[in-house]
Amino acid sequence: MTDRRQVLKHSATVATLMAAHGWLPPLAHAAGPAASKGAFEAKSMADVLKALGAGAPQESKEVTITGPDIAENGAVVPLGVSTGAAGVKQMLLMVEKNPNALAALFNVTPDVDANFSTRVKMGQSSNVFGVAVMNDGKVLFAQKEVKVTLGGCGG
Amino acid sequence: MADPMRIRAQVAGDKATVRVLMSHEMETGQRKDSAGKTIPAWYISEVSATHNGKTVMTSEWGPAVSKNPFMQFNIKGAKAGDKVAVTWVDNKGDKRTDEATVS
Repeated sequence: MTDRRQVLKHSATVATLMAAHGWLPPLAHAAGPAASKGAFEAKSMADVLKALGAGAPQESKEVTITGPDIAENGAVVPLGVSTGAAGVKQMLLMVEKNPNALAALFNVTPDVDANFSTRVKMGQSSNVFGVAVMNDGKVLFAQKEVKVTLGGCGG
Repeated sequence: MADPMRIRAQVAGDKATVRVLMSHEMETGQRKDSAGKTIPAWYISEVSATHNGKTVMTSEWGPAVSKNPFMQFNIKGAKAGDKVAVTWVDNKGDKRTDEATVS
């Protein structure tokens, strides 16, 4: 009969073998997309930043968010986020009143400018946030109100 | 397989502006069809870009990005003739890579 100790020993061996053969996802990968999974399910900016493990945000003039004052069609709202500050790790675009606040997350490398634009959907008029997560843990953001005359969510 | 992306990369000073237009439904998972059933979410979740084979940018998207997504970013130090490739992966595991030459 196998006792508990043996079973544990076996499972440890199996885990090691699996890791060696690449069955288990490597740790580096787990810290990538999986880590920010929760961020996309978060409802508010505070929750998103918590899910990403970032600190408390502070409003900053170094971050710029560009977007229309009034968006006629909430399904296509052009938004851009940029910053001149050095040492940016991630740039985020968030829409406060969407079901899930986080719309897009860009990982910045030294080879690209911290300047990204895309188009997002907005369910209703809301504040939008451009957030820069810095390498030193600081979180800077800029906000802007976008009025939507026709929502982009729901059917 | 999804339709090809349209990628335009143009030199502007010491960097290249890359504009990408992808072809994707970007279904949010919030909408309902005429029978009242929720349409399952189907959206691009990861986008990455390479410059001459070196990854310069990765990003993660939620379903809030618009249908047929547009994205713009700048690659530092890119010159005319360089290759820029963009890859997306959607939440169903479908993926597509397209390449363009900087002009």
